[in-house]
Amino acid sequence: MWVDVTVVAALAFAAALAPLMSIPLLVWAERKMSAFIQDRTGPNRAEILGLRLGGLVHPFADVVKLITKEDLTPERADRFYYTLAPFLALFVSLLAFAILPLADTLHFGGRALPMRALTLNAGILYILAVTGFHVYAVVIAGWASHNGYALLGGLRSAAQMVSYELALGLSLVGVVLVAGTLDPGEIVAGQSGVLFGFLPRWNVFLQPVGFVLFLIALFAETNRNPFDLPEGESEIIGFHVEYSSMRFASFFMAEYASMFTGSAVAASLFFGGWQVPWIGTEALRANAPLVARVAFGALAAFCIVAALIAQGYKGRLARLYRDRRSREATVLQMIFLFTAAVSLILLAFLSTLPPWGAQVLIALVQGAFLLGKTLAFTFLFIWVRWTLPRFRYDQLMGLGWKSLVPLALLNLAVTGIVLLWFD
Amino acid sequence: MNAPERWYLIEVLRGMGVSLRHLVRNIFHQDEMPTLQYPEEKRILPERFRGRHRLMKREDGTPRCTACFCCQTACPADCISIEAGEREDGGEKVAVRFDINILRCVFCGFCVEACPCDAIRMDTGKYELADDRREKLIYDIDFLLNR
Repeated sequence: MWVDVTVVAALAFAAALAPLMSIPLLVWAERKMSAFIQDRTGPNRAEILGLRLGGLVHPFADVVKLITKEDLTPERADRFYYTLAPFLALFVSLLAFAILPLADTLHFGGRALPMRALTLNAGILYILAVTGFHVYAVVIAGWASHNGYALLGGLRSAAQMVSYELALGLSLVGVVLVAGTLDPGEIVAGQSGVLFGFLPRWNVFLQPVGFVLFLIALFAETNRNPFDLPEGESEIIGFHVEYSSMRFASFFMAEYASMFTGSAVAASLFFGGWQVPWIGTEALRANAPLVARVAFGALAAFCIVAALIAQGYKGRLARLYRDRRSREATVLQMIFLFTAAVSLILLAFLSTLPPWGAQVLIALVQGAFLLGKTLAFTFLFIWVRWTLPRFRYDQLMGLGWKSLVPLALLNLAVTGIVLLWFD
Repeated sequence: MNAPERWYLIEVLRGMGVSLRHLVRNIFHQDEMPTLQYPEEKRILPERFRGRHRLMKREDGTPRCTACFCCQTACPADCISIEAGEREDGGEKVAVRFDINILRCVFCGFCVEACPCDAIRMDTGKYELADDRREKLIYDIDFLLNR
């Protein structure tokens, strides 16, 4: 009993923490990537003891700034809903992650432990319902601000999100048809094996059109460019004109958290989630020591490469800065070399693993694969944002209703016919 | 617009190729970026750059300024104020007070051109003139002569 409780508590903690922890990382990635795409250097000033980590310290400085800023509430705003909206947005964007399996089911003494916080056999419906809730946060924020522009922004966003939810749902039905289940755990588990002898049997290869439609609808659902009309940070006024300080920041935290969660959903449903390509869980568990060696070897190799890169920066930093920042590369190099040494020692002494150790190790490896796939999707999100211009509102609606929905229906019909044919 | 441009998914991919190229190039060649890390790195100024003013001295160390008021008259921003006085050895006039209100100065260089004695120049190359009090930004004759 207590094992179950502990595991569920730990998983719930992980499920809530993963999107939350991704926020500073994604903010950093967004700022740095946008800078590089536009031939700028991006944030690199904030430091802790001379360590700047390429601007990774900036999100913490941002948080300090945002918390200490004046938090205004408009005089005639509805105070309760005005406060509720940003935190509802953040809360809702964290929810969907709970349904996703982080690794294959563990077996301890005849007991199966599914590696997800929320086990629900209608998980796809849960995902759609929870992402649908995001509309409420936006509309409430627009309405409670008591500002005409905010209200219009809220209405615009509501129309957009409701329209694209249709395409999102329809493109997921294709996956449900292929997998024959609504349970994300089973959908991910069903993506093991090989297709046509060389491709991993991921849903993206069975539902390519569905995947493209899902991705476009996901961009619209998470309010990212080229569909970021709800926010329109720089040009048009969105639902959060009246917000300031940490409440304003909550909307952006929600955007990044839902970007991460959406990426995880896309990775799980279309790219096999925790599945290691070509290799099934059984094969991984049988060769656990080998997997451990490969993992530690890869970590050591990564650290050594990083240390070599740091070597190249030493001279440049020393030439530029006369203070403690000049030693940054040296300190980081020490850390990388230490990690490399530890993983090499582990590599040398690691020969056998107990069965539970093998299971936990494989679960960690599978979790790392899910994380890698998710981060690849967030990379795509940021990359697209800094490439494409924003849609005009009528273009947005036209694309949603006249292209995506018919295409999704067509995809559904073709999927159904093909499935019937082969059964 | 030709056919592939109208079906813009292809063009989208091409555009993403462009931004990816910039991203990768800038990650691997950060030192080639045009950005200057300003307080540490500074631009090399052109020779004729007009920076903060200075007053010149004669060979015996006395100011070259003869308080002729040419610079004050030429100044379009009205930032120079001079007070003339007698010289101890009975020679030319001399400036007793020579203040430049740098907050008003527009760095046009007319004062330098107006000066008949080459007493004022703007060749210090100093442009970081921020301070925390307005009074500190009215430079007096001592400051202009010696720093």
